[in-house]
Amino acid sequence: MTTASIPWMQSDVARRPLVERLHDWVTTVDHKRLGILYVVYALVLLVVAGIEAAIMRIQLMAPHNDFVSPQVFNRMFTMHGTTMIFFVAMPLVFGFANYLVPLMIGARDMAFPRLNAFSFWLTAFGGVLLHFSFLGGSGLYGAGTAPDVGWFAYAPLTAKTFSPGHSTDYWTLALLVSGFGSIGTAINILTTILCLRCPGMTLGRMPLFAWLSLTMAGLVILAVSPLSAAQMMLLVDRYLGGHFFDTQAGGSAVIWMHFFWVFGHPEVYVLVIPAFAVVSEIIPVFSRKPIFGYPVMVAATVCIGFISMSVWAHHMFTVGMSPAANGFFVLSTMAIAVPTGIKIFNWLATMWGGTIQFRTPMLFCTGFLFQFLIGGLTGVMLACAPFDWQLGGSYFLVAHFHYVIVGAILFALFGGFYYWFPKVSGRMCSETLGKLHFWLFLIGFHLTFDCMHVPGILGMPRRIYTYEPGRGWDAWNLWVTIGVVFQGLGTLVFVGNLVWSYFEGDRAGSDPWDAWTLEWSTESPPPVYNFAALPVVRSRRPLWDLKHPEDPDWKYEQ
Amino acid sequence: MYGLIAAEAAIFTIFVVAYLFYVGKSLVGPLPNEVLHAPVFLTICLLSSSLTIHRAVAALRRARMRTFELWWAFTIALGAVFLGGTAREWHHLIYDQGLTVRTNLFGTSYYSLVGLHAFHVTVGLLGLLTVLLLGLGGRVGQEHTERLDVLSLYWHFVDAVWIVVFTVVYVIGR
Ligand code: HEM
Ligand SMILES: [Cu+2]
Repeated sequence: MTTASIPWMQSDVARRPLVERLHDWVTTVDHKRLGILYVVYALVLLVVAGIEAAIMRIQLMAPHNDFVSPQVFNRMFTMHGTTMIFFVAMPLVFGFANYLVPLMIGARDMAFPRLNAFSFWLTAFGGVLLHFSFLGGSGLYGAGTAPDVGWFAYAPLTAKTFSPGHSTDYWTLALLVSGFGSIGTAINILTTILCLRCPGMTLGRMPLFAWLSLTMAGLVILAVSPLSAAQMMLLVDRYLGGHFFDTQAGGSAVIWMHFFWVFGHPEVYVLVIPAFAVVSEIIPVFSRKPIFGYPVMVAATVCIGFISMSVWAHHMFTVGMSPAANGFFVLSTMAIAVPTGIKIFNWLATMWGGTIQFRTPMLFCTGFLFQFLIGGLTGVMLACAPFDWQLGGSYFLVAHFHYVIVGAILFALFGGFYYWFPKVSGRMCSETLGKLHFWLFLIGFHLTFDCMHVPGILGMPRRIYTYEPGRGWDAWNLWVTIGVVFQGLGTLVFVGNLVWSYFEGDRAGSDPWDAWTLEWSTESPPPVYNFAALPVVRSRRPLWDLKHPEDPDWKYEQ
Repeated sequence: MYGLIAAEAAIFTIFVVAYLFYVGKSLVGPLPNEVLHAPVFLTICLLSSSLTIHRAVAALRRARMRTFELWWAFTIALGAVFLGGTAREWHHLIYDQGLTVRTNLFGTSYYSLVGLHAFHVTVGLLGLLTVLLLGLGGRVGQEHTERLDVLSLYWHFVDAVWIVVFTVVYVIGR
């Protein structure tokens, strides 16, 4: 195959007009380009939602601050939460899966390339629609008609009476649209993994990344659909005058909570399982040991997937449920800690006795391990209903889930960025800048979220826009905000690193980390068709077999 | 397709749960037992259309084009009768009984659930019609069996959902 027949590669040789190249990106159905689109889109919104967070933290930096009005503050936390979950974390996760899964299982593309493109554009449209709301109503400074009902939009706040105008409609429609996109992508990932594996790539030989993506896709299908259904009901209520969530007409607000969290809890696993996936690929390579207990890792993940469908009401302890319900949800929530603990032990066992190389990806994974452990422990604390009655809805809770979402998920994905960047761009990321990013972010993260536990314990509720001095909250809140500065700097270094390395980084070659999975057998960046000839796999580490014909894995694996 | 069906099933589940949750919670009338009549005839139509579409695809597999088209058209007719019946029922409910989405909780959940199903029937019918037109234009052949299998799978799913909806709305709901 000559480069002439690969339009993408050709652009290096003879630069074609910008419009034409943009057009290629917009109409592309190549899973790698779509993966990149997802990730770039997510990074842009990461910065946007980060700014929204910073605005909130500036407001809360000191007591009696009046940087923004209460109304704008409500809009900020709603937009921040919604954007981070649906338009940063989900697209990142989908982007990684889109790019890597076909390469890892030796396929040429996803099962439905056009559905893939369609799903991406749905998701992208959802995010644009959501932020479009800033332009309406009371103007930019009053934050337009941005939604202000919180990321879980509890009824009856969303009823016409309490939320006139269109802010809630923006929220509903944006999530409905991107929800359909997510379902499409999930079906695509599922089908790709089940139907397009290359010869020899049995389910038992798939990289853990593929296994965990499979679980993630299954969860998306079963979790996002209920959300879509609930959104449709909300639309019926708001546009057709229905009464699903109208307490005045006998409708129930609690059923909205159930519907939302039936989606909401599995959703956090939709996000964390791909983070596990990234870590499970990086740790073995940088410890120079195969992953410890592969079958157990798979079983634990699938187990987590199943249990996570039955724990949703731990978000509703404070609503007041029956003791039986409380008991069930306490126990099921705690049960999740078991397979999760097993996974942590397996990662540690993989590192145990290995020759560990602390390159940037590995640094982020180490941060992940610690922070995920702590976030998981505060989770178990919150899972005790009486404890949750005290601290659910306080800053302690906010600190807990940010520990997991930022400290674990985002750290792992950062690690993934540094790990796969050479594959995607053909260039190495700068180690110096990478380490600078890591330390800035680590310091910022701990300043912000460690400190955040304390005002929570001292009684500071979440979602207040200002507070009285002299309750012991002031200094902590200042530290929390200072941490945000470090995190912001770290993010700037990160984005700068990506851009700089893209143009100036060292050439990577096909396999810079001496790794073992199939994606490293292609050139960097991989050609449009991925593999000239479909590879044939005989073990879980196909590249190891290639590099060490004298001592291949398949002799031991059965 | 199985993925899509799983997702659709989850969506329907939520609507069914909402319906069941709100049974008997309406504050004002009309109530289901005053206005609903079980559409037995329509149900028979819809369920037998599962059979006809199965015959149609089986005929296509053996390249019997005439038989295929006949069964396929039959399926469409049965689906259309069902949809027409629903339309009549709604007309009756709205104009004679004064039940709309706004009236009470029953109205809201009834029209949403049955409407969601009717929407799926409509989508299915559009798909079936497209195939019929293509078929009459001679553009459908044995090699398309697999794709039509997928379409018929969807149709079976819509039928199966109706069994649930029927049970919930017309049996338990009254
Ligand atoms: C694995 C990744 C996890 C993520 C991304 C995550 C995220 C979240 C989020 C976003 C909330 C916010 C609820 C709200 O706003 O009201 C939350 C609450 C909660 N989380 Fe986690 N969590 C994770 C793991 C865990 C674990 C492992 C446990 C327990 C073993 C746990 C237990 C809880 C409990 C009990 C609450 C409810 C507190 C309340 O609403 O009062 N979480 N989590
Ligand atoms: Cu949860």
